[in-house]
Amino acid sequence: MTDELPPTPEPSIFERMRTRLTPDGVPSDDRGRMRMVVDSLILHLHPTKIPDRTLRWTYTWGLGGLAAVLMMVLALTGVVLLNNYTPAAPQAYLDILELNSNVWFGELMRNLHHWSANLLIIVAVLHLIRVFITGAYRPPRELNWLLGMLMLILVLASNFTGYLLPWDQLAYWAITVGTSIISYLPIIGNWLTRLILGGPEVGPNTLLNFYSMHIALIPLAIFGIMSYHFWRVRKDGGLSIPKSLDESESGAEIKLERLTTIPNLVQKELIYAIAWVAALLIFAMLVPAPLESIANPDLSPNPAKAPWYFMGLQEMLLHFHPLVGAILIPGLVILGIFLLPFFDLNPRNVGVYFRSRRGRALTLLAAGIALIATPAWVLLDEYLLDWTGWLPSWPSLISNGLIPLLVITIPLILLDDWVRKSFQADTEERVLFIATFIFTAFIILTITGIFFRGPGMALYLPWNMPTH
Amino acid sequence: MPDPTPSTSRRDFLKLTWAFFGAAAAVETAGIFITYLQPRLAEGEFGSIINAGLVDDFPPNSVTHLTNGRFYIVRLADGGFLSIYHRCTHLGCTVPWDETQQKFICPCHSSEFDRQGLVTNPPAPRPLDLFKVSIVDGSVMVDTAVPIQRQSYETAQVIYP
Repeated sequence: MTDELPPTPEPSIFERMRTRLTPDGVPSDDRGRMRMVVDSLILHLHPTKIPDRTLRWTYTWGLGGLAAVLMMVLALTGVVLLNNYTPAAPQAYLDILELNSNVWFGELMRNLHHWSANLLIIVAVLHLIRVFITGAYRPPRELNWLLGMLMLILVLASNFTGYLLPWDQLAYWAITVGTSIISYLPIIGNWLTRLILGGPEVGPNTLLNFYSMHIALIPLAIFGIMSYHFWRVRKDGGLSIPKSLDESESGAEIKLERLTTIPNLVQKELIYAIAWVAALLIFAMLVPAPLESIANPDLSPNPAKAPWYFMGLQEMLLHFHPLVGAILIPGLVILGIFLLPFFDLNPRNVGVYFRSRRGRALTLLAAGIALIATPAWVLLDEYLLDWTGWLPSWPSLISNGLIPLLVITIPLILLDDWVRKSFQADTEERVLFIATFIFTAFIILTITGIFFRGPGMALYLPWNMPTH
Repeated sequence: MPDPTPSTSRRDFLKLTWAFFGAAAAVETAGIFITYLQPRLAEGEFGSIINAGLVDDFPPNSVTHLTNGRFYIVRLADGGFLSIYHRCTHLGCTVPWDETQQKFICPCHSSEFDRQGLVTNPPAPRPLDLFKVSIVDGSVMVDTAVPIQRQSYETAQVIYP
């Protein structure tokens, strides 16, 4: 009791609040910074230290993070849009008009929501491609690949259900065409379509069904899977480590330097997110989301097109019986994507873009062949092939379904065989070859559907497109 | 030393019982939700029996669109009636009747159908669906509850006054 300290002054209430909310600012030593990551609810999604290589901008392109940023923008703008929307026909359409003309920043919120949702599809697909091309889905990351695919499907479902909500002609007929595809599912098709539509055709019940899925069911599911996805990234040992071709071929041990998450990763993420949000804002201010006249069930527009991301599917429907073009082929492709990490599991070459030198050459070759073969086949089928005309007494499932299916699968099998024999391609390179071929073909079909199909779904050059 | 087999099989039995009741509960729950979500139809709208008009309102060789009922009344040259659902059997677009070409042409994927609703140009996989027509006291009554799917044209589909 002898050496008394001088009495410290009682801190003011503001001082106490400040020290409680931001303890000491960002610590200046590495240890303190690592401690800060562990102690924070949001930051502890990250490890305390990360390998310097995974910070390379040109490895991940920040695609997963960007998808998460877009989710946040969508959640925020989506919630405020709810305040000016009634899920009833025709009030929904009138609400959108009101939103565009009489609500402060109403059009901006709608544009932001619309363009973020469209960008999210592109970003999610690019993210998937990056993970595929670098072989990052191989063990131990198979489960996260499945979760990512589930989220991609949910993102598409979210986009599709949101497409109906403005209740304009664009929405009405895109959803009519899109949901009719479901009715081709064997046995349960008609029943399921009726359940989803809430009646025999797209109507007020459909709007209510889609609304509840769009604002509650799907976002909740995405949020759950997204959290799991992030957690698994850490459980699987962080991102796959990028390697150059030379490093992969020499098989030399790669020395990793580990950097603290604060500031090396956090700073990059923050700048990236801010830059994208700024770009989105500018885009949303300049380009309005489309809105056509109010939905009219008696008048199908000509042409009636599905949402752009389903135009590849709709293009398939012009060439195949729907059971083959919209259910069988897409179903098999999606199943194949889900199963990829279970037959392409060689742990070698993880983190190398295109796997190997031969892989690079084969990717280019596959893209090149698809780039020529797909438009050729579209033109051939449009002007020359007429299976139903040649085989009038056959059921169209065979003449317009199984026969064209064989016509495209047999060359693909022969191509794969050729690549295996002439290039000595191993499993991982053949998977890369086939996947590149199918993906390029799908992109070309999508572009054909969006830009080259006019009235009556006939082929036109984009600059010669007749306007109604 | 007791024989382990009986105790194992009792455990198996209990496990099986649990699994059975668990599965039954899951099926019941799913059933409740699916039943809850079943669509309901309002009275007097599309889906009920609709009076299309008097028989004499439809001259032979004519095609009349009744948008409220979502169907066409087709009167054939011999005076017979067909009621054709206006929804394309391909992907559900509304098919307009083209008076000059005398056929139904779908704007979405250019399927074409003749006067009886038969496919003359794919991709439509089957003829346009029909609704049940009956003539009651000189009026054409159309039951829009269930579209009748068909693979071909048969004379039994035509109703004569």
